[in-house]
Amino acid sequence: MSATQLPEAGEDPYVLEAGGLAKSFAGVHALRGVDFALRAGEVHALVGENGAGKSTLIKVITGVYRPDTGTVRLAGKERSFRTPLEAQAAGISTIYQEVNLVPLMSVARNLYLGREPRRLGLVDLRAMHRGATETLERYGVRADVARPLHTLGLGAQQMVAIARAVQTEARVVIMDEPTSSLETREAHTLFSVIRTLREQGIAVVFVSHRLDELYEICDRVTVMRDGGVVHTGELAELSRLELISLMLGREQFTVRAEGATAFDTASHAARGDSRPALRAEGLDMRHRLHGVSLDVYAGEVVGLGGLLGAGRSETAKAIIGALPSDGGTVEVDGKRLHRRSPAGAMRSGVVMLAEDRKAEGIIPSLSVRENIVLAALPRMSRAGVLSAQKQDAVVKLFMDRLRIKASSPQQRVSDLSGGNQQKVLLARWLCMNPKVLLLDEPTRGIDLGAKAEVQTLIDELAHDGLAVLLISSELEELIEGSDRIVVLKDGSVVGHLNGDEVTEDRLLHALAAVPADAARGDQASISERGAAGVSAPAAEESAAAANPRDEEHER
Amino acid sequence: MTSTTWTTAALSRDRLLRSLQDYGVYGALVVLLVVAVALNTGFLSAGNWRVQLFQLSPTLLVALGMALVIGTEGIDLSVGAVIALAAAVVPLYIGYGPWPALGIALLLGAASGAVGGSMIAFAGVQPIVATLALMIGLRGLAELMNGDAAKPVLDSTLLGLGENRVLGVPVMAWIALAAAVIAALVMRLTTFGRQLVAIGDNRSASRLAGLPVRRVLITVYVISGVLSALAGVLIVGHGAEADPANQGLNMELNAITAVVVGGTPLSGGRVRVLGTVAGALFMQLITAVLTQHNVHASYTQIVEAAIICFAVYASRERGTR
Repeated sequence: MSATQLPEAGEDPYVLEAGGLAKSFAGVHALRGVDFALRAGEVHALVGENGAGKSTLIKVITGVYRPDTGTVRLAGKERSFRTPLEAQAAGISTIYQEVNLVPLMSVARNLYLGREPRRLGLVDLRAMHRGATETLERYGVRADVARPLHTLGLGAQQMVAIARAVQTEARVVIMDEPTSSLETREAHTLFSVIRTLREQGIAVVFVSHRLDELYEICDRVTVMRDGGVVHTGELAELSRLELISLMLGREQFTVRAEGATAFDTASHAARGDSRPALRAEGLDMRHRLHGVSLDVYAGEVVGLGGLLGAGRSETAKAIIGALPSDGGTVEVDGKRLHRRSPAGAMRSGVVMLAEDRKAEGIIPSLSVRENIVLAALPRMSRAGVLSAQKQDAVVKLFMDRLRIKASSPQQRVSDLSGGNQQKVLLARWLCMNPKVLLLDEPTRGIDLGAKAEVQTLIDELAHDGLAVLLISSELEELIEGSDRIVVLKDGSVVGHLNGDEVTEDRLLHALAAVPADAARGDQASISERGAAGVSAPAAEESAAAANPRDEEHER
Repeated sequence: MTSTTWTTAALSRDRLLRSLQDYGVYGALVVLLVVAVALNTGFLSAGNWRVQLFQLSPTLLVALGMALVIGTEGIDLSVGAVIALAAAVVPLYIGYGPWPALGIALLLGAASGAVGGSMIAFAGVQPIVATLALMIGLRGLAELMNGDAAKPVLDSTLLGLGENRVLGVPVMAWIALAAAVIAALVMRLTTFGRQLVAIGDNRSASRLAGLPVRRVLITVYVISGVLSALAGVLIVGHGAEADPANQGLNMELNAITAVVVGGTPLSGGRVRVLGTVAGALFMQLITAVLTQHNVHASYTQIVEAAIICFAVYASRERGTR
């Protein structure tokens, strides 16, 4: 599908045009020949899953990175920005996810930073305050502009950032997930601001993972995957299902390839037990989770499906208490966990393999052996003195069982391949004899051989009676590895797939579902909360029922 | 072809840096000794060594605690002030006997460590800020408790701790040696040692692995406080006076220098106990050699600065990995 281009009178309808952009880091291609064009006065959605290259593209356009090849043209002139400052001076403003202003300076100062109104060589405070108040009122923010910025709410801070971006005579405003920290009401104010920008002829690039927002505010869309652009066109011509299929790289309605992963597709132990090994109920986390409930029984693998930003990792972290949650309960074998913390969850038999292996997994300077026994140290020691025999026994057992390839247990873990590091981390958790295993992207970034081994291992563990919660962005892995799938969207459970329903097709439909009532936000999630906990099939039905509306290009 | 040679060159440079970091301090120590003896054979005399050991021992005690703190990616600036505090309480409690006085000094050291450690572990204050506050506050408190003038301390037990010898070696040096051996064993053999290093290397991973992060952090600062207080009492015994206004001044800097020169990276995740011993010894001896050869104190400081720069450069490798 190619964009139907407007036959404008001017020779160049695009305010910003990037052609053939390529960028690689240490041999890894982050961008491969990306073409990206923006028209004046449009809101352009930029979407893609993790690692698709969105942030790299933004950073290349705004001068944070230099492209290896390719050009950036602004208003028809070829430009090469060496710093974000140069890009900003040329009219490209970026608003990042985290507001980057100076929190301790006053609101007005932030707004006028670097271009303060002068009078007799001094900063004209009065003019600055007056101007700031007027500007912010246009954005629906009423605040004492003399107070430090950090006293404002996050939403208001975001508005200040936007006001600042636009005041610096921007022609292009790039917003990287601007709504991720906003309340529904604040988001709507933001949208009306964006509409104003559009009327002024400013091109807005809007990055968000929330489909509802994209369809509410965006005119055109560019979909990225694996460092390339897979689609550009009018958003209204694209159904949600098509959009998701593009993002995930799935042809719609194709028959899935059986056995592409190492999972045994047969279902695991039937749910005979009356009591789940893990029950999480009503997990709440501000802006991120809204009443997420799920059960995992011993001997089954429950998949947690959802797009980037749906709250999958947050759910796992809330369960073990690695992130503070605002509400909800977690029960293990019917016993409630009080005062949740990773250590406490571990004692109750719940462990989590974190998504980010480097930052939250390995202890790089310690050896393979020391990394494996890290969590189990108290069991390997008497009166605080470590027993070499106990450690060696456990380490040997798991290095053999998981086939960890290291020159010796004494090798530094950071010298191992990604796959072997992942196995070391799995060994760390398995030697705790857990009842419940939360796996967050267990096969990301590891080679194919190790991937198959890890997948087989997950199968075996479930057969042995472990309760497994599997998070994976790979559809095949999720579908073939899971007995059931709980579908998350914007921090709420929006569907359950059981038994035969665990197919790619059903999952894509569940991901594409429009909330029962068209309004996004809290109302919708409350109704889903009720549906999710009690009657799973009902939620699934409503999700499926909502689908036909996709084809009518909801806006 | 060029790329392979480049890789091997980078590798060997990498390996060179790593071995420099691992063994550099011992090599430097040997070279220094050879040079010192070549310049003046009197350097090996027992008298000279005793003088060196008297000066070295308190620094080493403090540096051992500092090494543990730095292993957790922290820093303890309060050690010098804790020495002053210990010096201030000794004359106050010496009336109850030397051991109660020592006990109270150690207790106060532990309390100071607990306060600093709690600020860091619970309130999330940066170590440098928390211990800077203690450094300033405790020094003031010590001077308040003691008054203006230095007080003489004449208790024979304390003087003995500071002056006596066993087998020709100062008691102070035996104490420091014992502390070093214990520290090495703790780091090698105990759960605590392993957890300490893990927390320094990757705190969020350690937390997710269920390690008692807060408890370990507080314990580390308590150990540092107790060792500093012990050093303070020894200093008082050696000097036969309590002078909180001057005792322990710049001790935090000497201790950090010893740790860094000994090859413990400031980025945490590694504690080199033997290296710290060698580092403390090296800094002590180089100062002594330069002083004995009538090099002006200003030049001595410049030489020390150059050594620190070089040690930090050598430990830089870890950060780039």
